[in-house]
Amino acid sequence: MKRKVLAFLAATMMVGTILVGCGNNSATSKGTKHSAALVTDGGGIDDKSFNQSAWEGLQSWGKSHNLKKGLNGYNYAQSNDDSDFLPNINKLVKAKYATIFGIGYKLDNAIGSAAKANPDTNFAIIDSVVKNRKNVASITFKTEQSSFLAGVAAAETTKTNKVGFVGGIQSDVIKTFEAGFKQGVKAVNPKIQVDVKYAGSFSKADVGQSLATAMFNNNEDVIFHAAGGTGAGVFTAAKNSAKNGKKVWVIGVDQDQKADGAYEGGNVTLASAVKKVGTAVKDLSNQAMKDKFPGGKVVTYDLKDNGVGIINDNMPSDTWKVVQSYQQKIKDGSIKVDPK
Amino acid sequence: MLSKSFKGISNALISIFAGFIVGAIVMLSFGYDPLQNYQNLLVGAFGDIYSIGETLRNMISLILTALGFAVASKAGFFNIGGPGQYLVGWFSTIAFTLNFSHLPGFLLITGGLLCGAVAGGIWSMIAGVLRAYFGTSEVITTIMLNYIALYFVNFAVKNWLAAKGSDSSPNIVRKASLNTNFLQEITHNSTFNWGFFIALIVVALIWFYFNKTRSGFETKTVGLNESASKYAGVNVKRTIVIAMLISGLLAGLGGAIDGLGNFQNISVSNNLPSVGFNGMAVALLAAENPIGIVFSALLFSALQIGGLSISVYSNTPSEIVDIVIAAIIFFVSIKYVFELLLKKRWFAKKRVSEKEGADK
Repeated sequence: MKRKVLAFLAATMMVGTILVGCGNNSATSKGTKHSAALVTDGGGIDDKSFNQSAWEGLQSWGKSHNLKKGLNGYNYAQSNDDSDFLPNINKLVKAKYATIFGIGYKLDNAIGSAAKANPDTNFAIIDSVVKNRKNVASITFKTEQSSFLAGVAAAETTKTNKVGFVGGIQSDVIKTFEAGFKQGVKAVNPKIQVDVKYAGSFSKADVGQSLATAMFNNNEDVIFHAAGGTGAGVFTAAKNSAKNGKKVWVIGVDQDQKADGAYEGGNVTLASAVKKVGTAVKDLSNQAMKDKFPGGKVVTYDLKDNGVGIINDNMPSDTWKVVQSYQQKIKDGSIKVDPK
Repeated sequence: MLSKSFKGISNALISIFAGFIVGAIVMLSFGYDPLQNYQNLLVGAFGDIYSIGETLRNMISLILTALGFAVASKAGFFNIGGPGQYLVGWFSTIAFTLNFSHLPGFLLITGGLLCGAVAGGIWSMIAGVLRAYFGTSEVITTIMLNYIALYFVNFAVKNWLAAKGSDSSPNIVRKASLNTNFLQEITHNSTFNWGFFIALIVVALIWFYFNKTRSGFETKTVGLNESASKYAGVNVKRTIVIAMLISGLLAGLGGAIDGLGNFQNISVSNNLPSVGFNGMAVALLAAENPIGIVFSALLFSALQIGGLSISVYSNTPSEIVDIVIAAIIFFVSIKYVFELLLKKRWFAKKRVSEKEGADK
């Protein structure tokens, strides 16, 4: 029997050797200026939100320059766990991607230390600021502005004078959504109550659903969510409520979430407060290509440059007009939205 | 004894092989090249000194959570609490290191690791005590304790450790890190750290515990038959509590080492750390043998770290690795089928002699 096992071991090792031996040496490649890759923050590139929007931006950048997904082109690395951040970044560095994006503030530590070890690679971090690194561009969004408009839309739509906010994890970034939303609601009608709830997670649709169900039962008829994957549950709760004859609305986040609100017989997505992570990724990749990568700088996107915005999904035209007029006021500076 | 472990090894190898075949079939049916991908995986895990460093580092917590699961399992308990114990250990270590950062490095590290291990141990012992004295199912209690750990740690990190508005603690001081400059230099900036050697020492200790100590022997007898060992004079309740304590100590130590060696801080997490569950899979593949766990952890770690390379070097989604891992576990769990085949065909004679001689 020992012999059999030994033979089996030998066979396995041979297969292993063949695997190593055959195929071209894919680990080495020449770096070019025209390559960029991103590392996700835990959600996949199909999370219908943050990471997906970044990936779509990178894809469209790659396609517009006739690049292919893969080495010397554009690519992604997906993190299943926080411990994957650094290995993922380093794998992309080794594969000679010229610009590497960390999608989400959770990666700032990893981006910072990778930038220190690899001074010749461009790094960018979304939603956070990495200080004192000349090869890191920090990208932030004035999401309080788009959230303000979401607040206006909610205040114009509510019939019960009660609206809700569902956040993911309480952090500086999500707080800007909450603050902007509250200010937008108050600007229209200071008497409207805003109920703020946090799910404690960006990936728990079930928690989102139970929170939203409770809020709808409490007669809140518009909910703005800034909760990534948790927000999927908010949509489910709204659709269930609508199917039972009680029409409620959800305001989506990051991407146009109209498709998420569709059910047989209607749609619950009122509007979407978009944050164009994809545009930022595309811009920076283009700048890196022209040797103008804003390393060491903080790049801010706002309503004016279309880095954030609001999309009308199912608002009636008079509501949309009010929203647009507030949008104009923010753009020309007559309304200032406080991020806190 | 010898042929028994050989049977275990051949079972494991067949399962691994079958898992890779399943992965290859899936890749082929979606039009991806399995040979190229497996090669990328291998290169990604062992291709250079950096990758080897990452693969070995990833092994540490897998080994420790797997050992933790194995110890409880030998005593007949299904400790699903690994993720929670790991998390509590990680948190306690970071909290200790941040609060006592004025201590010299050596004391800071030993104190931190001890703190993490003990916290994990106590967390697990709660389930042990409930089981021993009230007969509560440890499966239920450990699952529930996982969630208590997750939300408690999130609350504690947010309110006690993190700066306002942030959701992760500050980094620990450099002298408390297990990932020293020397190791970074020789592994080209990987996160490989001294914890690896601690894990190997712990493997030896657990092997010694089961094979050479009275308490370890008692643990195994309780696992085989509770009533019989009670009749033979074993203090069953105490043994249960000790087994669960050791189990939690190990998982907690895993979290502690990851905290000091890999993360250097702790953040609010969305979900329970997956390493706690992967540790169970590692232990199952190794048939709960401490030495086997080292190799099984190496395989899992290589799959995970190498798997990250798959989507970087080809168009194949890296999730394919999860399919391979799941398939391996599936084949391990249906090993009874293999055993039956093996028994009938090849090992008929050996089985007889083993039964006569080996029941030590």
